[in-house]
Amino acid sequence: MGGIPHDHYEPKSKSAKAFHARLPIVGLLYDTLMFPTPKNLNWMWIWGIVLTFCLAMQIVTGVVLVMHYTPHVDLAFASIEHIMRDVNGGHMIRYFHMNGASLFFIAVYAHIFRGLYYGSYKAPREVTWIIGMLIYLLMMATGFLGYVLPWGQMSFHGTAVITGLFGAIPFIGESLQTWLLGASAVGQPALNRFFSLHYLLPFLIAGLVIVHIWAFHTTGNNNPTGVEVRRGSKAEAEKDTLPFWPYFVVKDLFALALILTVFMAIVGFMPNYLGHPDNYIEANALVTPAHIVPEWYYLPFYAILRAFTSEVWVVQIASFVTGGIVDAKFFGVLAMFGAIAVMALAPWLDTSTVRSGRYRPMFKWWFGILVADFIFLMWLGARPAAEPYATFSLIGATYWFAYFLVILPLLGVLEKPSTPPTTIEDHFNAKYGKSGAADAANPAE
Amino acid sequence: MFKKLTLGVTLALALGAGGAQAAGSEGHVDDHAFSFEGPFGSYDQEQLRRGLKVYTEVCSACHGMKFVAIRSLGDEGGPLLSKAEVRAYASEFVEVWDQSLNDGEGDYREALPADHFPKGGNANAPDLSLMAKARAGFHGPAGTGINQLLKGMGGAEYIYSLITGYTGEEKTSAGVTLYENTAYPGGWISMAPPLYGEDVEFVDGHKNDLEHLSEDISAFLMWTAEPKLNDRKRAGLVGVLILGFLTLMLFLANKALWRPIKYKKD
Repeated sequence: MGGIPHDHYEPKSKSAKAFHARLPIVGLLYDTLMFPTPKNLNWMWIWGIVLTFCLAMQIVTGVVLVMHYTPHVDLAFASIEHIMRDVNGGHMIRYFHMNGASLFFIAVYAHIFRGLYYGSYKAPREVTWIIGMLIYLLMMATGFLGYVLPWGQMSFHGTAVITGLFGAIPFIGESLQTWLLGASAVGQPALNRFFSLHYLLPFLIAGLVIVHIWAFHTTGNNNPTGVEVRRGSKAEAEKDTLPFWPYFVVKDLFALALILTVFMAIVGFMPNYLGHPDNYIEANALVTPAHIVPEWYYLPFYAILRAFTSEVWVVQIASFVTGGIVDAKFFGVLAMFGAIAVMALAPWLDTSTVRSGRYRPMFKWWFGILVADFIFLMWLGARPAAEPYATFSLIGATYWFAYFLVILPLLGVLEKPSTPPTTIEDHFNAKYGKSGAADAANPAE
Repeated sequence: MFKKLTLGVTLALALGAGGAQAAGSEGHVDDHAFSFEGPFGSYDQEQLRRGLKVYTEVCSACHGMKFVAIRSLGDEGGPLLSKAEVRAYASEFVEVWDQSLNDGEGDYREALPADHFPKGGNANAPDLSLMAKARAGFHGPAGTGINQLLKGMGGAEYIYSLITGYTGEEKTSAGVTLYENTAYPGGWISMAPPLYGEDVEFVDGHKNDLEHLSEDISAFLMWTAEPKLNDRKRAGLVGVLILGFLTLMLFLANKALWRPIKYKKD
């Protein structure tokens, strides 16, 4: 299916040929697994496997948890405790699922920033990027919906805050919020539908993951140099690539095993580290927690949401121009979704002709600041809504937008990039030395 | 540069999360060494039995534990009472409402091991099943909370600090007596000091001053909140060892696989 020339599956026996003529599924698996992959991929290209594993783990543990969970306002919290206490191995399965969400997001952020640095979003991989952004949005939705299910204090009051964001939309907001919750306040209808959607969305994600892989198997993987694999002939392509199996499968599995070792230590020794103690208190509409803090993976965008208060001049102008329709709350909501939207638009905002950040001397620094900004916003998202955090959040949010809307377009014009290597083979050989054999790409054969 | 950055991101993600927990805490909680902390920690069965006695004779007057089944007192990793002891313990709770008795009219009966710990006498007293996980103790170093790995969640420390944190000052506010407490957020709590020392006698003559009793009840409430802690830590250790070995094997396999390709120049 790819544009890179490579060997395809050839059924050998009579029965294999007959089966292939009727359903070429073995060929599909063969082509996917033997896909020619740039041989110079570094360790930032392992997150795809980690993410695929996370999705599978979350679905498997989730399906088991559902067997013992009850989506009812009076029983949900108790059913989680039933899982933790009475279900065989239930406490481990639940902690895997809980911390699995965090591993999933650590991996997705590493994966996204990898793409941003090496220019993986640029033509011809825009479709892969956009699908990735959709997956990320669905992950955020799924994570939020799942956090509601234990029906603890943070679940309950977090739901009120998050659905309140939709309530901030002018004119239709209030009806929209009621429609989402199935009632005027958070309660049984919300819990039931969130449960249903939390079960549904991961399968949509799985579908999009297949399309995501299909898209980059069509364009070929990006690589640290950003230089394309040569496709003139099979022999030429083989100088730049190695088959995914076994070279990258084994490499990725090694990285996955290392990450899972750390993950296992967290689940075994500090499983509640990334959670909030308030969620071990059963939901109570009458008592609001002192600080409602979202899960860590939402914090950067939560900080952007809160950054735009009614004292910010941009907000005041927006409010004045629209005759008060766009108030501070709605502006914050727009900013939060806008922060993800500008990231999705990166393929068209980046004007540089050089793909990889490695060969862009100015870009490197601005990108470094972006990563620092993301971490800074994450820290700010957990602070109380007060000074100096509000001002800091505004600065952080401003940089986020400036990076995508101003810096990326300008850098392409202002920056003098260095010259990337001509081929992936050159890059690989410069790093590891040239093999004495005539055919360096295929020493295994 | 990028490798360093990604390491930074991963680290900061962890740090940011710790910060999330730090928000909203006030009140002073001291660290205290418990047997169940750290990767190799486990519950001290004798301490849990003492804590159970403190719970039964003091706490249960007001509080309940609706998520904890009485039968679980006989579980491995817990106080590990014998079947007869569990049955005898359950029968101490003489007023459990059972709707199925008296031809559906309902009646009171003695508790059975399958029942959960009943409610206490004070409707305002919070349920204690999960208290040790519902309170954060401390978040060090530098607000990261990473010391959880060695010091536990801190919920047991919170309970210990709360019980030993009364200053003796009282005030009346809107008809409610409040007691000053250095561990309680806000500084004033409506619970009267539950323990003074020597409130409970142990048959084996174990010390029963305020500090020892507070320690025992804190450990017991950690067990009620996280009864599978021993199992979990054992699973964690086995898992880390197996995955660590797998990592090593895959590292060697990866190295061997790529060696002919990464042909270093002399």
